[in-house]
Amino acid sequence: MGNTISRRAFLKGGIAAAGALAASSLPLPQTVKGATGEELATLIDIRKCIGCEACVEACQEVNAPKFPEPTKPFPKMYPSRVKVSDWSEDRDVSDRLTPYNWLFIQEAVVTVKGEKKILTFPRRCMHCQNPPCADLCPWGAARKLKNGITRIDADLCLGGSKCNKVCPWHIPQRQTGVGLYLDILPSFAGNGVMYKCDRCYDRIEQGKLPACIEVCPENVQKIGPRHEIVKEAHAIATEINGYIYGETENGGTNTLYVSPVPFEELNRAIEKGPGKPHLRPVKDAMAHADNLAKAMVVAPIAGVAAAVGKFYNTSKKVTGPKEQDK
Amino acid sequence: MKPKKYKVSGEKRIVKWLYILTFVVMAFTGFGQMPIFKRYYISDIPGMGWSADFYFTHYIHYLGAIFLLALLAYVMVDYFLITKRNVRLTASAYVRIALLTGIVLTGVIRVLKNLPEVVFSPGFTQFADISHLGFMMLYLLFAAIFLGLKSGWVQAR
Repeated sequence: MGNTISRRAFLKGGIAAAGALAASSLPLPQTVKGATGEELATLIDIRKCIGCEACVEACQEVNAPKFPEPTKPFPKMYPSRVKVSDWSEDRDVSDRLTPYNWLFIQEAVVTVKGEKKILTFPRRCMHCQNPPCADLCPWGAARKLKNGITRIDADLCLGGSKCNKVCPWHIPQRQTGVGLYLDILPSFAGNGVMYKCDRCYDRIEQGKLPACIEVCPENVQKIGPRHEIVKEAHAIATEINGYIYGETENGGTNTLYVSPVPFEELNRAIEKGPGKPHLRPVKDAMAHADNLAKAMVVAPIAGVAAAVGKFYNTSKKVTGPKEQDK
Repeated sequence: MKPKKYKVSGEKRIVKWLYILTFVVMAFTGFGQMPIFKRYYISDIPGMGWSADFYFTHYIHYLGAIFLLALLAYVMVDYFLITKRNVRLTASAYVRIALLTGIVLTGVIRVLKNLPEVVFSPGFTQFADISHLGFMMLYLLFAAIFLGLKSGWVQAR
């Protein structure tokens, strides 16, 4: 077992388990806060999930104060092709991601060891290590935190939905009629606020576990320093001859899944669409930017070299005739 | 007294147009980072579909930044080594240089921010993102004013 432990597992495990774990586990608040400075990742063991939706309910309950309370009627949008996104009348929807539901249970009917099984697992923001939503947000509203969380600042977001479009899983969901855009040019720019899982950043700041992890009766999820989570994911995958998702997807995410069946198979079996993310392999979306950033270091050197070269040639031309005059 | 006219060489004319072209590309792809081109039908113009592809415009913006950095370094060193003997910067040039410095510095910060191992504080991230756009808007505003005033970058000594 890795060096990570959830609070529930600790309580359930009893003295024997606690004693066994004591040597390797960090105190909860420090572990959760990322005292080592390393990004925190979560591990979702698909085998354990029973689809009870306790995590969904806990997420909704804990994050309710963050949910949008839109002002109606919505401002008229120009041009007319701009559509409002209103989930405020459908707050109970729990079978997909919405501004009021940042976590849902995805279901896949698959064959495990020749036996048909229904696998369920929580889906939410993957909290990428290099999140395109945060990198490409033009307002700095979507940001990556040092502890590996990517969150959208609802006070700053204008709801342009760019983060949804650049996210490989199209996770963030928009609610119209709320946020900063109402104070700027509500009819001509922006369209609300984007919402998604913030991995309970405020609870983590207080040394608490994210609500979905804390409430899970089956200990489906764990949180800890990423290298330990990766190590544990590999240990489980080796033990069950299973598969990992999230370790390398989009250059690496801070949400890792371990499954007894290949993710290609899971991806085929799940319902996909708006608010229902896929499980396909994902290339590093920001790799091009990282490569070009290296070229930016060389560019000024090339410019300086060209100018110095010109100066050298000019000087030679100037001194040339003088030498001939001698 | 009327300022002496500076005779622009062929090379400087090329540099000037390369700079303008790069700046236009940077401005367009920069504004394209905001989700406005699809909303306002720019990407519906035949041949402009790419303008709504955030990854593509970002790629072009980075390529433009590489070229701009090389060009600025060239012009700067060339000015101090050679051109400065014959010309001096105008007041409007100092304004443009100040704004350009702001654009470049905040742009560099944004590039650093986008590297996977670099994480800035939320406030600093927000400052860099918004001020990059702010400096650019101011630059365009002053460029238009200076164009109207026919105030160039340099004048003969």
